Amino acid sequence: MSVNESFRPTIVAFCCNWCSYAGADLSGTNRLNYPANVKIIRIPCSCRLNPMFILRAFQRGADGVILCGCHPGDCHYTTGNYYARRRMTLLFSMLDYLGVERERTRVEWVSAAEGAKFAATMNEFVETVTKLGKNRRLEDLRCSK
Amino acid sequence: MQRIGVFVCWCGSNIAATVDVEAVSQALAKEPGVVFSTNYQYMCSQTGQDMIQSKIHEYNLSAVVICSCSPRMHEATFRRTCEKAGLNPYMVEIANIREQCSWIHKDRAEATEKAVILGRAAIAKVQLNAPLTAGTSPVTKRALVIGGGIAGIQTALDIADAGFEVDIVEKEPTIGGKMTQIDKTFPTLDCAACILTPKMVDCAQNEKITIYAYSEVEAVSGFVGSFRVKIRRKARYVKEDVCTGCGLCTEKCPQKKVPNAFNLGLDTRRAIYIPFAQAVPKVATIDADYCTMLRTGKCGVCSKVCEAGAIDYKQKDEVIEREYGAIVAATGYNPISLAQFDEFAYSQSPDVVSSLEFERLMNAAGPTGGTLLRPSDGTHPKTIVFVQCVGSRCDGAEKGKPYCSKICCMYTAKHAMLCREKYPDTDVYVFYIDVRTPGKNFDEFYRRAVEEYGVHYIKGMVGKVVPENGKLKVRASDLLDGRQLHIDADMVVLAAAIEPDKSARPLATMLTASMDTNDFFTEAHPKLRPVESPTAGIFLSGACQGPKDIPETVAQAGAAASKVIGLLSKDQLTCNPCVAAPNEMMCNGCSSCEKVCPYGAITYVDKEFRGPNRTTLIRRVAQVNPAVCQGCGACTVACPSGAMDLKGFSNRQIMAEVDAICL
Amino acid sequence: MLQVKAIELLESGAVDRVLGWKKGDFFYDLTPAVFESADEVRREFAYGPFAGANLSKYLIAESRRGGKVGVFLKPCDTYSLVQLLKEHRVLRENVYVVGVQCEGMCDIEKIRDAGCAGVTAVEEDGDRLKVATLYGERTVDRRDVLLEKCAACKSRKLVIYDELIGEQGDVIDSNRFDKVAALEAMTPEQRYEFWRGELSRCIRCNACRNVCPACSCEKCVFDNPDSGVRNKAAADSFEENMFHIIRAFHVASRCTDCGECSRVCPQHIPLHLLNRKFIKDINELYGEYQAGADFDSRPPLMDFTQGDCEPSIVYQRGGAKA
Repeated sequence: MSVNESFRPTIVAFCCNWCSYAGADLSGTNRLNYPANVKIIRIPCSCRLNPMFILRAFQRGADGVILCGCHPGDCHYTTGNYYARRRMTLLFSMLDYLGVERERTRVEWVSAAEGAKFAATMNEFVETVTKLGKNRRLEDLRCSK
Repeated sequence: MQRIGVFVCWCGSNIAATVDVEAVSQALAKEPGVVFSTNYQYMCSQTGQDMIQSKIHEYNLSAVVICSCSPRMHEATFRRTCEKAGLNPYMVEIANIREQCSWIHKDRAEATEKAVILGRAAIAKVQLNAPLTAGTSPVTKRALVIGGGIAGIQTALDIADAGFEVDIVEKEPTIGGKMTQIDKTFPTLDCAACILTPKMVDCAQNEKITIYAYSEVEAVSGFVGSFRVKIRRKARYVKEDVCTGCGLCTEKCPQKKVPNAFNLGLDTRRAIYIPFAQAVPKVATIDADYCTMLRTGKCGVCSKVCEAGAIDYKQKDEVIEREYGAIVAATGYNPISLAQFDEFAYSQSPDVVSSLEFERLMNAAGPTGGTLLRPSDGTHPKTIVFVQCVGSRCDGAEKGKPYCSKICCMYTAKHAMLCREKYPDTDVYVFYIDVRTPGKNFDEFYRRAVEEYGVHYIKGMVGKVVPENGKLKVRASDLLDGRQLHIDADMVVLAAAIEPDKSARPLATMLTASMDTNDFFTEAHPKLRPVESPTAGIFLSGACQGPKDIPETVAQAGAAASKVIGLLSKDQLTCNPCVAAPNEMMCNGCSSCEKVCPYGAITYVDKEFRGPNRTTLIRRVAQVNPAVCQGCGACTVACPSGAMDLKGFSNRQIMAEVDAICL
Repeated sequence: MLQVKAIELLESGAVDRVLGWKKGDFFYDLTPAVFESADEVRREFAYGPFAGANLSKYLIAESRRGGKVGVFLKPCDTYSLVQLLKEHRVLRENVYVVGVQCEGMCDIEKIRDAGCAGVTAVEEDGDRLKVATLYGERTVDRRDVLLEKCAACKSRKLVIYDELIGEQGDVIDSNRFDKVAALEAMTPEQRYEFWRGELSRCIRCNACRNVCPACSCEKCVFDNPDSGVRNKAAADSFEENMFHIIRAFHVASRCTDCGECSRVCPQHIPLHLLNRKFIKDINELYGEYQAGADFDSRPPLMDFTQGDCEPSIVYQRGGAKA
């Protein structure tokens, strides 16, 4: 796949309300830049992320999906991110198995104090996905072309 | 279809400088359901809020989207604003176009485009919002304190002082905890018993306080405001309400060779005993492991001498059930086992003692009557070596604890000082890694030990202690002078690390309270909510949350009490309405959701449903207790049928946001 | 022998109904059936090398109909029943389980592929099958014509039964993950081509969903208007993929690998390879786990340890990169 200079991927970032959403706010407060194609959806906890949402995003044309939550051990709800961690590990492995490049999905633990990490993560993720190009994966053979 | 009003905030120039707010409000005006869209300089100002309220009336709005700063900033403000205008507060959604847009992006066109998309996502979500009403749950105005040490005692006294009933559950036969075993307290050197025992008596005499000593918490159910707790009252074989505490039985009991746990096994007691003179409740207890009557059925001396007739060999454990509005964990600490630290010869020589054993050896009520004597031969020790950080700050090591036990520096300074004061002819050495004395009058105290009392403080670790000809050969290094030291000591005192009591872990499981890897209870926020557990209604007092000295413990106990009082003074609790709720028609009753719920909020009932052909079907379906559910949503993903959904963050709402963003 | 047992159970009144198999339109398509009387059993009950169907799922409804139901379960089917019991879907007290040891069920297509055209009847003969065809009798090796799920049989152990026909067996060291491992070793491009080829044949008949014992929801998310993914037929080029991934995810850590999804797929999509991928990952990342093997274990997706691997392990694990 060739790298298209003008290609701007659509990135959906799911952030837990307590840590990562606050971390994203902090990177704003500190005026740390990351590309505008990252759009954040607030969820109460990383364990609220249903794999259906990720697939729906890919279905509707997202090129990359990232989940940010509290660091393991710091979950506001005590155990939520532990479940999210298992679910996402298995789901991402499955997507990889189906031929979706594994770099299009990601989980990152970002605390409310890690504004810089949030911005850096997003910059890096956008760069990775931009290199991969448009997500044409998982489309039906019968419908293509 | 909702009638949506969109309000785009400039935030002065914070948003307006990077985002074309006019363009945003115009673009969003075209979205389905939007009947009014505007922008204003400061939406959170009184004028801005007044405008929102007047537009709600003017356009008969059913939902409001505010494009402004983070919802973490002003969501509550705007919800209140809309509520005052008669709108359900949960019909408000915020698009975060400041922290997550204008402050991050420099390019005006790009930022404006993103602001429109974020606004669209909020509109798509609010279309599917439903009015939510916060439920309430009643508060049982009684508190439970688990653990009757100084932390539990102080918490109970403070709660009782505010007029609420409070029960103390203590697993030992008496309340008082570790502080009863301590001789003097730093930095003032007043006697521990003199300041503790009056508080114990206060507890016993306070009408609001019930003490369940020799009892353990067995099961906890329920939630903040209404916990149900099962308490096992272990059999003492002595009727607590009949025993006068005269102590005659403890003198007459023929079984004299029971290691005295109160003196850490340094002397012996009888099989029927009162741990110490000031015990509360002052009631005898039979040690079933040693009592000849209970073991063989022959003896009965205590029963014969007891004039009150309090002895009951047939007594059984009793389980009582009580209801509480709040629970305080005050389970305290223990010194770690020194079995693993054989380099200090703890198991080889009786003259190598732990600091707590040293307290007993110095205590007037201790095995030696307060005269410092070597356990081995009863002679006065002339040279005493104190070793600090035994098992503390052992990061990465196989044995010991990674954390600083915090109290050892100060109590070792105290021990050293007391030795030199009572027996000026003794040589006292203290080996340390660092001396940590933060605290009011603490450093002064330590300096007094060094400067006035002539204690030899040596930076370095003791490598080995070898018992030889009645002496203890101590090999150590002096790091500042860079030389090896050989000291022939008469006694070695090890400052053992402290660890949470073993009962804390199973208790945390019962309470669904979280713990760290060292089994200390985790606080809800390390700085801002230090005495609350993340689980609502559970509070933390004392060393169960982390190593603490007495003043700190008492301060925290008071803080925990004030949190409990704040909770108990409410008649009703308002619940978070964004909770999980099952669609019973789709529920499989499979227990997946129940398994992942951290709060135990999900239960199952068998319900009758209409089946095909006018039959009825009994199905097992999930029920969520909205007072317990905190709204994390773990269950919604575990549920395979999608029967479980989360109010305020429903599947369809999040899906609508995804669709709006990926368009 | 099964027929005799069914008659005995019904005539003695030990059960009110028997769940078994009867002949379908062809001799090789044995269909699950409920028998209410001994006469019905005598008339229609059938069992043989084509009784592949797993009957456990039907117990969800049958155990709630009142009265007692007898059921024949092969070793792999017993795992499904235990899993369903764990999920409180089947009322144990209303079920009488007759365990049946099994030599592996056969695939008519493979018999045809083995060169037998115009098959009219198949008879068991030890390790071999006597195949009657329009062109005379043939014999085939039973091992060569087993259903995919039986060729990769994971266990001959019956984990639940009230009565046993045949002998209790053991868990088998199977090669069931070989194909998954082969796919993992491919490049994403190759994997993508493979799955695009397979999944693009899906006609969304829902047979996999309807037969699956783990897919026994009162109402499927894909039929649920509140799930946000309801669709009766594909609305765009992505739907089938979404359906199969979500289906596999919903049964992950509950799927016993009974293989029914692939057996019933009219388009011969190897759907079991999706489920086995989850099982293989779970085994490798969180420790060996067999759904339905016991009553006490927690399904790995409803469990965790603090030291679990991070999702980034997917980047590091085997298989070729893009």
